[in-house]
Amino acid sequence: MKFTEEHEWLRADGDVVTVGITEHAAEQLGDVVFVELPEIETMVARGDEVCVIESVKAASDILAPIEGEIVEINETLVDNPGLVNEDPLGDAWFFKLKVDDPSVLDEFMSEDEYKDFIG
Amino acid sequence: MAGLQHTVLFDLHQSLGAKMVPFAGYEMPVQYPAGVLKEHQHTRAAAGLFDVSHMGQILLRGPDVAAALEALVPVDLQGLPEGRQRYAMFTDESGGVLDDLMVANRGDHLFLVVNAARKAADLAHLRESLPESIQIEPLADRALIALQGPQAELALARLLPGVLEMRFMDVATLDWEGGAVWVSRSGYTGEDGFEVSLPEAAAVGFARALLAMEEVAPVGLGARDSLRLEAGLCLYGHDIDTTTSPVEAGLTWAIQKVRRKGGAREGGFPGAERILRELSDGAARQRVGLIPEGRAPMREGVELFDQEKGGDPVGRITSGGFAPSLEHPVAMGYLPKALCATGSRVYGELRGRRLPVTVAALPFRPANYRK
Repeated sequence: MKFTEEHEWLRADGDVVTVGITEHAAEQLGDVVFVELPEIETMVARGDEVCVIESVKAASDILAPIEGEIVEINETLVDNPGLVNEDPLGDAWFFKLKVDDPSVLDEFMSEDEYKDFIG
Repeated sequence: MAGLQHTVLFDLHQSLGAKMVPFAGYEMPVQYPAGVLKEHQHTRAAAGLFDVSHMGQILLRGPDVAAALEALVPVDLQGLPEGRQRYAMFTDESGGVLDDLMVANRGDHLFLVVNAARKAADLAHLRESLPESIQIEPLADRALIALQGPQAELALARLLPGVLEMRFMDVATLDWEGGAVWVSRSGYTGEDGFEVSLPEAAAVGFARALLAMEEVAPVGLGARDSLRLEAGLCLYGHDIDTTTSPVEAGLTWAIQKVRRKGGAREGGFPGAERILRELSDGAARQRVGLIPEGRAPMREGVELFDQEKGGDPVGRITSGGFAPSLEHPVAMGYLPKALCATGSRVYGELRGRRLPVTVAALPFRPANYRK
């Protein structure tokens, strides 16, 4: 698993990368009450706003960490947004991206590096 | 956090694991480890303890003090019996709202509780406007603790048995461990509950004694906001301010007949001309309840339209969010009179898209006061 400075986690399985948010991010957001997911087959560029998350406190975006095509979304989150707080690193993944070159993940942080990053 | 004041319960909040945020010049708990949703639900089901010591507490005394204060508010204070409290608002010359407050008749004086962000301005306003014969005494050394929820009475009565005798909006002086505490049966959550004003020296012990009870959990500003929103109550600086009149804000229930046109003490408060006119003829716009379709919360600042495409905004949302007890988003905002009927359809613009919003009756959730 790799981690971004935007508090997302990435897990590669071949050329498909699953994206979610970290425990730290979920805790900072507070109770999540709304999730808006992208459409399947959308091509996204790095930094594009892909999802909207609303907590009891505020709205925030999930940005596409890398370029790729959205091939799967986690519809469960639409009906059960609270899952983001319950299991951010597992069942509460947001979307899966098909990428040309999975080696782009190498530039992101390891778990230890991410822990240092959030202090 | 530099430059921010602390209430006397600050260390207690930290020991309870609160997340502290700046609010109205104070560092206050926005939530505890349970989180906003659970704190909200706990208050609706049992009893939530809130530190509201940042709010302003002011004593007024002097000859005909009720008549003197009536010159600043469109509310019947001369008719307020001893031992009772009333909701009021300071108005300005244009009929806007300078602050909303509680006024209690405590026998030989009036006791005011005002918003934290407005207390300096309110004090200046009182000093400028009241006759010299009225003493104005800001109470900087008292804490204010609210206990709200259906089990608030049960819990508080263990410390203060006298609360069992009180009904909604009663005030009383009760004894706790040899000291006098001032209690009102009121709050800002839509639940039965109490606010207790007590000397700072006694506040930590009092709060700890309540928190030790099974029914009581600490609740932060986050849930305080979602609770008052479901109850349809205005938040100063958001739903009401100097640009909104009490009539537009739907606070006409707080303006008693005696201060209205034809009443024995008609007018005689700042902005009376506009406010009395709006009471007779209606205001051009009104604060309404709004229910966005779907699950996406619409918050303060979202513009409202009367059509799905094109046109100018007809109003805006003044506060909104997710309503934990209703499990859908709710909001409040201002709309022109023609669009204010319950069931009217408008559109809120969210992230560039206009989504349907239905006008709904307030409160969103019926109040649970012990009248």
